Amino acid sequence: MTMATMNDTLAGARGKGRKFGRDLAGLAVILGLAVVGYLLFPNNLALLTRITAIALLVLSLDLVTGYCGVATLGHAALFGTGAYASGIAAVHFGITDPLLMLACGILGGALAGLVCGVVILRAHGLPQLVLSIALIHLFHEFANKASSWTGGSDGLAGIAPDPLLGHFEFDLWGRTAYVFGIVLLAVVFTILRLIVRSPFGMLCRGIKEDPVRIRAMGASPKLALMKMYVISGAVAGTGGALNAISTQVVGLDSLSFTLSAESLVMVVLGGTGSLFGALTGTIVFMFFEDLVSAANPFHWLTMVGALLIAVVLFAPKGLYGTLAGLASRWRRTPR
Amino acid sequence: MQTVFSIAVDALAYGMVLFVISIGLSATMGLMRVVNLAHGAFAMIGGYIASYAARDLGLGYGVAVLLAIFGTIVIAVPIERLLYRRIYGASELTQVLMTIGITFCIIGIANYVFGPTLKTVPLPPSLQGSVDLGFRSIATHRIFAILCGLTVAAALWYLIERTGFGVKLRAAVDNAAMAAALGVRTQIVYAVSFAVAVGLAALGGVVGAELLPVEPYYALRYMVTFLVVVSVGGAGSIPGALIACLLLGGIDTAGRYLVPEFGEFFFYLAVIAIVCVFPRGLAGRTGS
Repeated sequence: MTMATMNDTLAGARGKGRKFGRDLAGLAVILGLAVVGYLLFPNNLALLTRITAIALLVLSLDLVTGYCGVATLGHAALFGTGAYASGIAAVHFGITDPLLMLACGILGGALAGLVCGVVILRAHGLPQLVLSIALIHLFHEFANKASSWTGGSDGLAGIAPDPLLGHFEFDLWGRTAYVFGIVLLAVVFTILRLIVRSPFGMLCRGIKEDPVRIRAMGASPKLALMKMYVISGAVAGTGGALNAISTQVVGLDSLSFTLSAESLVMVVLGGTGSLFGALTGTIVFMFFEDLVSAANPFHWLTMVGALLIAVVLFAPKGLYGTLAGLASRWRRTPR
Repeated sequence: MQTVFSIAVDALAYGMVLFVISIGLSATMGLMRVVNLAHGAFAMIGGYIASYAARDLGLGYGVAVLLAIFGTIVIAVPIERLLYRRIYGASELTQVLMTIGITFCIIGIANYVFGPTLKTVPLPPSLQGSVDLGFRSIATHRIFAILCGLTVAAALWYLIERTGFGVKLRAAVDNAAMAAALGVRTQIVYAVSFAVAVGLAALGGVVGAELLPVEPYYALRYMVTFLVVVSVGGAGSIPGALIACLLLGGIDTAGRYLVPEFGEFFFYLAVIAIVCVFPRGLAGRTGS
């Protein structure tokens, strides 16, 4: 966690050009991985699109957990609300243009972020955690009961998005959805890089390190965290909308506690407080899940548990954090 | 009147079961400052052991309860020695991750060993049926659960307020470093209280098997309930936990009786309201 902050401060000392270079490199890595994924798994684009959607959720969780230090086990509420918002817009209001559905998802997610932020930020520590768990159960229960709107436990089916920009049909192979997802991810990633490096992003990190001092400096920690929560909601909503558009169905599992917990696992697996870490964690976790649950779905939960314990014990900074730490140590040794 | 009475009895029984399970969590959280999400998993292990002993081995209820308590302690103490001690004093996120990892592992293993079906703990004939109070009759098992809760509360109060161990325990809660400097062997105090906490969880899991059915997702399903009790009551406070249990038991049972379709919904809403109004618990000792 502190490692990532330190890396960025180091990069900051070396001027703006270097940061910009890192952004470009990050974008290039995302696009490169996307092309590699496309070439390697042309028949499994649905999985890759899902990974992209979940990556958006994990990025948004990293914003509040990694950058602001808010421990939450209910982040899927934002993702699921975005998914349901775009799904309901398509099914009940006939808004089937994918970009408009996306806008609905973002709006829904941001609203959910506002609601969750107002509630979760009232407390600290254990009560905060309890609030987040209660919230995700509340959202889940609400979606389950409002079945005339959400389809209840059957899921919201019948989402039929129009061709993207009027040209690109969402085909059976999921090519359009995949490209759409990757473009979304790249755009969101770039915006988030700018946000976390802006004075506002720095303020959030300061709040994580020492809220009292930030308040003494004259800034309002609560307001900054609330803003970050809304931004995080918008990002998670983007992921939810992408999921709704690509799978054309929204299930209750998108509002589940399990998804919340899994996304937290992904953040920590990759390394908190770093956007690259969030992406790394998502990709590793999702492929791992695909492999294990294809082999034996029964042991999936046990494996996740063991993985978590292993990460906490052996790589507390996460995969990316550990690698970045090694890399910077290697760079600093005189050659 | 009939309904009010049944709600009151059920709420009392449910609250007492909650109390027996969560007081251990409250104690570990107040003492060791560990957010232990795996506490419900230990209660679940207790329920499974009792169910196995009573149903498959045909042992008596009392033996099954004892077996469940000691079996769970035997399983839990190595976990404490190997895993928990590494996260004492770590950040909250780390503790959450470790303990939720343990919970997931236990759920997966329980699913593998016992299968995904509900398990019951058969009651002895003396606890079946109901007791006639003259104007109403109450299921005997409910009375048993209530008595268990009261006994545990009284015994814990005596242990903590009146015995030498209780003095050491309170000293360690208030200032572990100073207590250690004065010769209290905090490691042993920690280990013993962890074992007691786990044993109580197992007892609650068995006694409450009628109200909280034992199945692999038990640990996740009731996790929030147990955590809520602790955060509402305030970590490490027996009266706080007791009040919180009765309050939450009342809300949950009343919700189930009066608006069955929206029972859980109101429960979580009430939880959010309570935690928002009392962010530090009703009787919290530890600030923030």
